[in-house]
Amino acid sequence: MEKPTGEGSAASGTRRSVLEVSDLKVYYATPTGDVRACDGVTFTLYEGETLGLVGESGSGKSTATSGVLQLVSPPGRIAGGSVVMDGQDMLALDEEALRRSRWRTLSLIPQGAMNSLNPTMTISAQIRDVIETHEGRASKGEMRTRVLELFRRVGLPGRIHDMYPHELSGGMKQRVCIAMAIALDPTVIVADEATSALDVVVQRVVAQTLAKVREELGVSMIMIGHDMGLMAQMVDRIAVMYAGRIVEIAPVRRMFERPAHPYSRILIESIPSLTERRPMRVLGGITHDPRHPPPGCIFQMRCEHAMDVCRSDPPPRPQEIAPDHEVHCHLWRRDANGEFVDMRDTGEAPRTGAVTAVVARDPGDSLARADGDLVGGGSAGADPEGVGDSGIEATEGASR
Amino acid sequence: MSGNLLEIDHVSKIYGPVDSGLVALHDFSLTLPTSPASIVTIAGESGSGKSTLANLVLGFTKPTHGTIRFEGRDVGAMGKRDMKDYHRDVQAVFQDPFGSYNPFYRVGHVFDMVIRNYKLAKRPADARERVEEGLNAVGLSGDDVLRKYPHQLSGGQRQRIMMARAYLLKPKLVVADEPVSMVDASLRASILDVMMKLRDEDGISFLYVTHDLSTAYQIGDRIVLFYQGTLAESGAATEVISSPKHPYVQLLVDSVPKADPGRRWQGEVELPVEEELRTAAASGCRFHPRCPERMPRCRETLPPLYPVGAPGHEASCFLYDEKGGETRGDDGGAGADEGEALREA
Repeated sequence: MEKPTGEGSAASGTRRSVLEVSDLKVYYATPTGDVRACDGVTFTLYEGETLGLVGESGSGKSTATSGVLQLVSPPGRIAGGSVVMDGQDMLALDEEALRRSRWRTLSLIPQGAMNSLNPTMTISAQIRDVIETHEGRASKGEMRTRVLELFRRVGLPGRIHDMYPHELSGGMKQRVCIAMAIALDPTVIVADEATSALDVVVQRVVAQTLAKVREELGVSMIMIGHDMGLMAQMVDRIAVMYAGRIVEIAPVRRMFERPAHPYSRILIESIPSLTERRPMRVLGGITHDPRHPPPGCIFQMRCEHAMDVCRSDPPPRPQEIAPDHEVHCHLWRRDANGEFVDMRDTGEAPRTGAVTAVVARDPGDSLARADGDLVGGGSAGADPEGVGDSGIEATEGASR
Repeated sequence: MSGNLLEIDHVSKIYGPVDSGLVALHDFSLTLPTSPASIVTIAGESGSGKSTLANLVLGFTKPTHGTIRFEGRDVGAMGKRDMKDYHRDVQAVFQDPFGSYNPFYRVGHVFDMVIRNYKLAKRPADARERVEEGLNAVGLSGDDVLRKYPHQLSGGQRQRIMMARAYLLKPKLVVADEPVSMVDASLRASILDVMMKLRDEDGISFLYVTHDLSTAYQIGDRIVLFYQGTLAESGAATEVISSPKHPYVQLLVDSVPKADPGRRWQGEVELPVEEELRTAAASGCRFHPRCPERMPRCRETLPPLYPVGAPGHEASCFLYDEKGGETRGDDGGAGADEGEALREA
């Protein structure tokens, strides 16, 4: 399925899509109504690219991918949408066809992967299990060569072949899971928080392993996570999820330089810096009841720029405000020339103050110093006025 | 006695036999002055000894060697009654804002318990007033949260309520063990802000145990960094993180993923195939097997702390031994080049 590249997109030539997810809905039944954990998610994954899926806990990142992988179990259900790979709607496959496609076309490195290994089987036996289930039995020698080759790819020593999971460190177990995920040369790997719960140095090693494997095999990847720093290091495009929907999707550099959705902005501005003490921003309010989304925009209760229209009408279809950069928000409208303008820049959407800034300060420092830091070293996109006014009080409950 | 709030004096903790057991913490000293209040970050990877230190300060375990004194009193020698009084002064906030609550009780129960245990109020009205005061200190109000169940609150709110609970006892020190690591990034700052506020306005000091250097950089006054039970480096948080001196700390700071797609990791990092057990019998620098700058003497003796740069900035590394007389890289081997590449990156 050849697709024309978006005008001026970073990719050269044509991009081939390997996975197209449209309007995917995964709902969880509760006695008081469905929780719409994933509510109309649409994205395309291209060959060889890594797409980052970010958002706070409960935003539906893992649910969306469990829908893609069809690993939703009751009371959850796939309530609609399509997942297309190579012209085949995966949601239409029967149980057996689906089983065969797992690991081969779509494989998963699950959250807390290192705890997903079977403690009673040796490392090699678990990898062999995956291969034999799909390809039938092979000779012992053949299988050994193959497993050792997988170890080499993920940087594991051959001597762990006959070891048990408890004999390995967390980082090594994580790499065993990567080896398992690539054992059948899949088209797409979903890595769900593949490096969280690891120490930073180990995390870096595992991330490097993942990147190396990705390049060697040319595999496409969906990386789920909440660490924006790691995303900046690892992915090509980022999709930001909020309350079950993708609110913005953009190439990674563009996302960090010019996030368009108010929620993405907060996500990026709340990253603590390692090089300067500067305000970190706090998102006010709490999310709506997921069983009863409010009319209008899903982010209205926590948005610092919510307008009347945001409370009454959902934003229009995602708008491509720049090549490959789509945002789902009322704040972006076309002007008379058909160009997209940001209503925060035109003054049509003043800040209402659901968000405040937190300033790092030293004991005994005067507030003036803190304010000075604020204006001087203000983070990208932070409005010095708004932040300065709210001072140094963090009031997460400011929306009340 | 002295004007010190907390004195950790050559404390070691060894699990198992004293001469061959596992050294969780090796000969560590730290002094916190009574005033001004400060936030001291205790950082390091899992197994570095940071939680052991937290447990020692809280009196949950006793040191194998050395003493911990709080306002002159030996924490290790306290009986049950003394310990209860001690916990009025030294409170704890833990990592998991979900596990700290009983899901069947409303949030108010958390406060009822502490008020009853420490007889903080005679009449319900007094109690309510104190709770309100505590909640206000963390930017919440009783009407909003007390009648709610834990699941109705965000992780950030839950963790701030834990801070409010600690605040109720007007402690002098709070040991906060990874208080933000399970809270969403967009709410993390609200908890850090509460810590800074309690420090500045209420004179409460913090031992902030974390593996997250960026939050330590943002709010920490001092930082102590452990590697496998030994102190690798300490000093002003901003100073240590912006110009780390110990090779391990340099690797650590370099490995924090930078939120800048334009500056990606350079160079490959290798991990040792297996972690060596740091038994009491082990000698030498704990980082020696992985160190790109290692010298023969690093294998023999554990380096003392050398001053490196700004006042109070110290690193346990022979590279900074002025009168060492040994050139570095003697035993560097192939590792040295790798380390160099890393540094440049």
